[in-house]
Amino acid sequence: MIGATWNLLLALAWVVLTGDFSGLNLLAGLIFGYVTLALIQFQVDALHGYAQRLPRMLFFLGFFLKELVVANLRVAFDIITPPWHMRPGVIAMPLRATTEIEITFVANLISLTPGTLSLDVSDDRRVLYIHAMFLDDEKELRRSLEELERRALDLFR
Amino acid sequence: MIDVVKSLFLLSGAGFMLMAAVGVLRMPDLLTRMHATTKAATLGVALIMVAVSLHFAEVAVVARAFGVIVFLLMTAPVAAHVIGRAGYFVGSKLWSGTVKDELRPNYDPLTHELKSGLETEANATRETRDTDTP
Repeated sequence: MIGATWNLLLALAWVVLTGDFSGLNLLAGLIFGYVTLALIQFQVDALHGYAQRLPRMLFFLGFFLKELVVANLRVAFDIITPPWHMRPGVIAMPLRATTEIEITFVANLISLTPGTLSLDVSDDRRVLYIHAMFLDDEKELRRSLEELERRALDLFR
Repeated sequence: MIDVVKSLFLLSGAGFMLMAAVGVLRMPDLLTRMHATTKAATLGVALIMVAVSLHFAEVAVVARAFGVIVFLLMTAPVAAHVIGRAGYFVGSKLWSGTVKDELRPNYDPLTHELKSGLETEANATRETRDTDTP
């Protein structure tokens, strides 16, 4: 958060100093600020790991879009073919996320990927109950859910 | 060329939304219906918005299309979760083909307490967090 604020401040300084108030110049300022912060992050504790977040976020976005499309096609296939291939059920997934915001983020991501819908969190916030459509291979499903959670949490930590 | 890409995006988006509509009709119970509607419709709208921004190719339109996608991605799962959760706890029947239900045994309908099933020694003696409800 501190890194993002500094990045924005540096971009604003760039815009003011160059005197060109356009969106493109703001973007250039953001990029220069990002590079600057990436260079000095080893000297400043508060900025540690800031520059690694952007590529991680882009990777995560790609991974998530792939999951979204593949899983959507699977659900679509089950909808249009007459016999039901699905084996729905409610499973309990132990959470690695601890804070409220992390749990919210993970639960929303799980709800967004087709075939899984987060139902509720246990009162002690250790388990997320998920309704899944395809329980043919429960181990595989749990593994992919854990991978999604791990990648999502990497963005926060 | 760009016309072909646009048409592909539009058609696949509309296709996903048609799939969501068929899903609502065909699916056997509430929770599987939520599966069909939210995700397929979200992806459908997102694809159509991509086609729109390709067609107009102006900053103002692209920014708005992007905004539509972001807000949809933020709100759709919350709505699906709330409807699904309310339906489940009100007691709507699950489909007869449902394989397992790990939530039911952990839920107390009188106190509305939802256990995690992980109540071990360590859990019982854990310190209270500020997120706990008294």
